[in-house]
Amino acid sequence: MVKLKLHVNGRDYELDVDPRESLLTVLRDRLGLIGVKKSCGVGECGACTVLLNGVPTDSCLTLAVWAEGQCVRTVEGVARPEGELSPVQRAYVEAGAVQCGFCTPGLVMTTTAFLEQNKDRLASVTREEIKRAHAGHLCRCTGYEMITEAVELALGREVKGAAECLEISK
Amino acid sequence: MFDIQHYYKAESIAQAVEMLAAHPGSRLVAGGTDVLVKLRHFDDKFTRLVDIHALPELKKIAAQDGKLFLGSGLTFAETMACEAVTQYIPVLAEACATVAGPQIRNMGTIGGNIANGAVSADTAAALLVLEPMLVIQGREGVRRAAMEGFHTGPGQVALAADEVLLGFEFDLAGLKGLGAAYYKYAMRSAMDIATIGCAAGVKMEGGRIADLRLAFTVAAPTPLRCRRAEAASLNQPLNDAAVAKIIAALEEDVQPRTSWRATREFRMRIIKTLAGRMIAAAAEGAKRGN
Ligand SMILES: Cc1cc2nc3c(=O)[nH]c(=O)nc-3n(C[C@@H](O)[C@@H](O)[C@H](O)COP(=O)(O)OP(=O)(O)OC[C@H]3O[C@@H](n4cnc5c(N)ncnc54)[C@H](O)[C@@H]3O)c2cc1C
Ligand code: FES
Ligand code: FES
Repeated sequence: MVKLKLHVNGRDYELDVDPRESLLTVLRDRLGLIGVKKSCGVGECGACTVLLNGVPTDSCLTLAVWAEGQCVRTVEGVARPEGELSPVQRAYVEAGAVQCGFCTPGLVMTTTAFLEQNKDRLASVTREEIKRAHAGHLCRCTGYEMITEAVELALGREVKGAAECLEISK
Repeated sequence: MFDIQHYYKAESIAQAVEMLAAHPGSRLVAGGTDVLVKLRHFDDKFTRLVDIHALPELKKIAAQDGKLFLGSGLTFAETMACEAVTQYIPVLAEACATVAGPQIRNMGTIGGNIANGAVSADTAAALLVLEPMLVIQGREGVRRAAMEGFHTGPGQVALAADEVLLGFEFDLAGLKGLGAAYYKYAMRSAMDIATIGCAAGVKMEGGRIADLRLAFTVAAPTPLRCRRAEAASLNQPLNDAAVAKIIAALEEDVQPRTSWRATREFRMRIIKTLAGRMIAAAAEGAKRGN
């Protein structure tokens, strides 16, 4: 067992972890952060994506001990404390980019980091850049178009498809 | 839980070398994007690990005396963001940008990409063209090895069990005037392994090819330089006839094979097509100054 200090979603933790453990299982099984999803377990799908010091990382291929002293952010740390959705989460809902929702927590983390990285040039971000930045995520349901639109909405752009989707859901 | 039977955390390069020597059968783990996947697939060659993840010593970037040194522990994303890379050897950044998707590029290292020995490693073709010296630490000291010949077979490289790849040393003076380009042909533009990867480097002198460096991945059992094609290029003007001659010679250099991804014939066709395109792109780069 190894002592591990982690800063997760704004809280400090000190845990004894097995060095064989992935960050994914520590977050899910020890800290109860089950918004972090496990699917492929080998870096292909992005469902397990968390931010390590702000950087999108597959937690399934990260040893928990590698996160020593780092800031970990999961989807649980994105919403406001009262449960109000973050602008990125709201954009996913409004764009109809959530169907079964299994890929969503990982995608929300990547979009959150993407907005942060590009905060000084939101107006010039291209669709191609959005796609490239989200290429490490598989979604079996939406066909990706609505995900791209969700990111555009989060960038503050008007998206035609999203308005239609809101109409239908009313 | 990964099936790791022995786990040793190295706090320095020297300690990593000692640990590798003291524990026969142990392997380094850096970014883990190959090693941890192998462990998930129950590969028992990776159950004893010496951990060099994010070791600061292996993230060194140093430019001096006409040389650029890049530490083996730099991730693909860190390499792409490195100003010296985009300024002097942009083809390496281009190659890194074709790897997997953003998360893997944030995790996997350039040293691991080469040490892993995969024939499809996206940095391999670009590095074969850039000809850095590999700087390797062993128990007796530091040695240097050329990139060409470092891959000795599928999944195999010329590293002893107790050696650590420290990084890559590029001779910037020698690279002056070399234009270079890389293209990865794959079925998808992200999260896919190359069907064929091709890098070319071209130096022109007085309208003629003074130096052609042509490298492929997945075109033979190891990443390779195409010496016959390169020889056919010497002092040729850069025109269709010369490129046709180079491509004809290239057939002798490569040995593509059939796999579930593509047939041998299809691979050969991509090899020839990419050779022409990358030579042209590299020559364009040479004109622009990279
Ligand atoms: C989903 C997914 C997609 C991928 N897509 C691509 C792709 O498109 N293109 C591509 O080229 N690769 C791809 N890869 C593989 C790529 O991520 C790895 O090859 C990576 O570069 C290896 O670096 P690492 O630090 O993760 O190595 P590790 O997994 O830690 O180690 C890999 C090997 O190198 C050895 N090693 C590591 N560092 C050193 C060192 N300093 N000295 C000596 N030996 C060392 C290890 O012992 C091990 O044998 C993909 C991987 C995954 C999981
Ligand atoms: S579960 Fe981690 S990438 Fe699929
Ligand atoms: S919404 Fe079902 S996998 Fe994306």
